[in-house]
Amino acid sequence: MPEIASGAPTGAHSAAPPIAARLKGVTRVYPGVGRHPPVQALGPLDLELQRGEFFAVVGPSGCGKSTLLDLIAGLSRPTEGVIEFEGAPVTDRVPEGVGVVFQEDASFHWLTVRDNVAFGLRRQGVAEREIAERVGHAIAFMGLREFASAYPAQLSGGMRQRLCIARTLVLRPRLLLLDEPFGALDQQTRLLMGDEVLRLWRETGATVLLITHALDEAAMLADRVGLMSARPGCFIDMVATGWPRERDSTIVTRPEFGAVTARLWSSLRAESIKAMGTLT
Amino acid sequence: MTRAGSIRLGVVAGCVAALELACRMRWIDPVSVIPPSKMALGAWKVIASGEYAHDMLLTLENVAMALGIALVLGFSGGVLLHRFARLRRAADPLLASYYAVPTFIFYPLFIVLFGLNRWPLVAIGVMFAMVAMALNTLNGFERVSPSLRKTARVMGLSPFRETFLVILPACAPYIFTGVKLAVVYAFIAVIAGEFVLAGAGFGFKIAFAYNNFDNSTMYGLMTILLLVVGLVNGALTAWERRLHERTGGR
Repeated sequence: MPEIASGAPTGAHSAAPPIAARLKGVTRVYPGVGRHPPVQALGPLDLELQRGEFFAVVGPSGCGKSTLLDLIAGLSRPTEGVIEFEGAPVTDRVPEGVGVVFQEDASFHWLTVRDNVAFGLRRQGVAEREIAERVGHAIAFMGLREFASAYPAQLSGGMRQRLCIARTLVLRPRLLLLDEPFGALDQQTRLLMGDEVLRLWRETGATVLLITHALDEAAMLADRVGLMSARPGCFIDMVATGWPRERDSTIVTRPEFGAVTARLWSSLRAESIKAMGTLT
Repeated sequence: MTRAGSIRLGVVAGCVAALELACRMRWIDPVSVIPPSKMALGAWKVIASGEYAHDMLLTLENVAMALGIALVLGFSGGVLLHRFARLRRAADPLLASYYAVPTFIFYPLFIVLFGLNRWPLVAIGVMFAMVAMALNTLNGFERVSPSLRKTARVMGLSPFRETFLVILPACAPYIFTGVKLAVVYAFIAVIAGEFVLAGAGFGFKIAFAYNNFDNSTMYGLMTILLLVVGLVNGALTAWERRLHERTGGR
């Protein structure tokens, strides 16, 4: 098996602490509604994301993977525990430097590809000249140059997801949160999109947290995979894949890839059965 | 013009030609229905005489006022229903059965409230159009995906900017459908109200011509009305199509 990558960032944030994000004793309980009792969706869990690492989270359906992402992003607050991004506590605002790509198409259908990508920069009051430069770069990086003037409805599902990644990428996030971004795509497109995300990760030096239900996707993309239990989701295992930083989707043809996927599944099988409510 | 458009135009032209032929050949009693060419002539005479300009203007003003008020109230109502789940739960059965209520029965009440002027008719127009607008606004707001709302928050938008820069554009196609329906309902309510309840306006003049066996004026007024409503609806449909081309039917 190849050596574990150092994860050394290539971005311009060398002064930042080595821990990108930290969760300590985090739980999330959804309050009861009417006759329905409160539901503990998550935790308690602890996690440290190393700066520049590619971390994937897999777990059975309903184990709280997306809740975990929302908490780290500051889109919801934990019931208990502390979440920090670059040493500062995450409150009820999304911290500067955090970007999120969702599974559902979140492109702004009333704007062209170019205006979609420029949206966040315009809100930040960046000068138009710089916007044009950064947007052009992000669009080219995600292979959408020919479609810059197209509307999202004129793009395929994969291209729309690339658009959402470009819109996030242009804001230069230091922590990129991906919530099953390829969930609605076919297998071939997912592999190719995986290549693009790996390229993006290498070139930006960002820390990436990927939520996925696909074990092979987690095994292919991540340096480290966190396996979650059935609800309330807690980490039951951490698997270091040991892939080199320079990698792409051809990694799935290696014999070690099968071993990593098998390890993930052996840890997760009992939890998946529990989540399905089928005791065997 | 598209192939579908040509076929549509051909069907309409064919129907008009068939009616012309049926009237000319006296297959249809000419006392009941006059040929379309005479309807067009009647419409031209109505316009050229200028005699009906005041009534036409009155109707269009009533429709515009009813529509304006209905859009504001309907949109605000839709937003409130979306914002307050309890209010929505309470209003749901009322909204579901709203169009089962014959709104015109409230005309006497509106006369008591507003007096014998244009406002009772405008009020009926508002009642007819408002709920279509409110329901479509509510539908639009409910269909905004949570991912879009979260994306707005990730980009650091305040709730105010989120509403104007993301939520409203996202539900614009649904709101537009509400506007389109409100236009149609406002026309129906005002003209039907004038037809049976008022002493002036487009609808009243059609009824008056009908009661006096003045077929040329009656069909002329009906032709003008159909043209006006058709033009307004055609313009809104073209605008809506442009919106849907961008959104892919969302």
